[in-house]
Amino acid sequence: MGTGNMRMAYGRALLELGRTNNQIVVLEADLGKSTMSNIFEGEFPERYFQMGIAEANMISVAAGLALTGHVAFANSFAVFVSGRPYDQIRSSVAIPHLNVKICGSSAGLSDFGDGKTHQSVDDIAIMRVLPNMKVFSPADAVETAKVVMAMAEIPGPCYIRLNRNDLPDVTDPGEPFEYRNAKTLRDGKDIVIYATGYMVYQALEAAKTLEADGISAKVINVATIKPFDAEGARAAAVGMKAAFSVEEASIYGGLGSAVCETLCSGPDESRIPVGVIGIRDTFGTCAQSYEELLKCYHLMPEDIVAKVKDML
Amino acid sequence: MEFNANEIRDLKKRAAQLRSNLIDMVPPGKVGHLGGSSSIMDVVAALYFKVMNVFEDPRDPRRDRLVFSKGHAVLAQYAAFVELGYVEREALKYVKTLGCTLQGHPDMDQTPGIEAVTGSLGQGLSICLGMALGFRLDQKASRVYCIVGDGEQAEGQIWEAAVAAAAYKADNLCTVIDVNGVQATDSVDRVLANPDLYQKWEAFGWHTIEIDGHDMNQILAAFAQAEATKGKPTAILARTVKGKGFAFAEGKAAYHNAAMNEDEYAQAREMVKKMMEEV
Repeated sequence: MGTGNMRMAYGRALLELGRTNNQIVVLEADLGKSTMSNIFEGEFPERYFQMGIAEANMISVAAGLALTGHVAFANSFAVFVSGRPYDQIRSSVAIPHLNVKICGSSAGLSDFGDGKTHQSVDDIAIMRVLPNMKVFSPADAVETAKVVMAMAEIPGPCYIRLNRNDLPDVTDPGEPFEYRNAKTLRDGKDIVIYATGYMVYQALEAAKTLEADGISAKVINVATIKPFDAEGARAAAVGMKAAFSVEEASIYGGLGSAVCETLCSGPDESRIPVGVIGIRDTFGTCAQSYEELLKCYHLMPEDIVAKVKDML
Repeated sequence: MEFNANEIRDLKKRAAQLRSNLIDMVPPGKVGHLGGSSSIMDVVAALYFKVMNVFEDPRDPRRDRLVFSKGHAVLAQYAAFVELGYVEREALKYVKTLGCTLQGHPDMDQTPGIEAVTGSLGQGLSICLGMALGFRLDQKASRVYCIVGDGEQAEGQIWEAAVAAAAYKADNLCTVIDVNGVQATDSVDRVLANPDLYQKWEAFGWHTIEIDGHDMNQILAAFAQAEATKGKPTAILARTVKGKGFAFAEGKAAYHNAAMNEDEYAQAREMVKKMMEEV
């Protein structure tokens, strides 16, 4: 399998959407060269709205564009487009369930050099808690393109979080993206790992090590965090010794919470212990490489392996 | 600019009727945003019954848009919706009750004629800018009107929108700042002084007009000027009286969001009756 970049895939998907749907508009808060929304700008300057460094205004303007029949994609870094304009997303967009699609770029720890102000540990949680909001976190560039195309079709507000770095492909280019349905990428019989974003790759790597150690791990890619595939998640948990969630985000309020909420409220056979793996109630920090930072935050395959063995 | 005397009289009558509808919504003991709804009522009458393109169907795509960024004053819009036939007069009785059509703040899902969700202050002007840009993109003639409070001028997002609207030369956008001088807890000057609004809006690149917000001639002239202004959005600073028309409430923060007692309500009824007769 090759590698890809979610940001590039995002920009190209916007361009493709722009070519097929003249109601697509894109808003940017001066980070277009990083979010890659500038790919869209190049071909459709009249449908590209540079709003400057003013994210609150950008989100409400996107709401206004949606109110005139447009599908508005608004971009910035995940921290600046989720937390800062939270109330604008809540009131201008989510309450009236408008067609505003929010792209949180350079999410999680992926902007490794810029430190805690630029790294989002909380974006999944704060988007997930909003009624009417759908939350997507694709596993690779291949899936990113498909999710973006789907977001344009799914009615109402959506949030997508994207990684900054070049990453290995883990999903099959030939398979369509299925909204909401969590997808099993590796089968197993002892434990189930629900992972999202780049952590899907890390979980698959961990599963290889576990296999060698005699533990068979099923790995599920949760690209749609909300609405969460509760039925699929429960079905996957049946007969397993334990479940694990892995995300490059806070252990509070994100995928881990969705997994716990789901399994603990389901039928007895899927009510199994859950190990929540993520960022442990702390902000980010600077590092010289992405890998160095992931090691520091215990989000490497060996950390997943250790957690699994510890729980079993 | 002078307007037809009959037309002015008709609009004054409309405004009086809207103030009557307003107090229908807040009978004795029922809390409501009386002050800020009545201060903007003359502007609202002018917009819905003269300035804006409105249609029998509140969703008609040709319509102009009016958004209350100061969403708490939505009672002024509800008062007009009854006259426009968008909601039943009966609905006025049930404002802010469980399952009602007329919610405490603008709610697109519940109320025909409401164009955006506002109430969390500071967001309406940005939403209106988005609408204005959307219309321009689709080459639609609809104009967008936004009502902003003077206390609301403290919200930073207002000025983000002001910069962006001027940068985008959104001349199909017009905002009316309801300068009634009083906000929820005290006078605007005492809560957080924000002087020289005229100079500020002008400096932000808007065509800026200052009027008496209760003078129908001045109101109509300002909107005509706004429509004729090309290459920049227009800000109308409407000097108004909070609680206008209800003497006991005029200029008082206590009536920003309050309930009238029986005596005050009776007075309010009398005052509205007089307004109608005077016209």
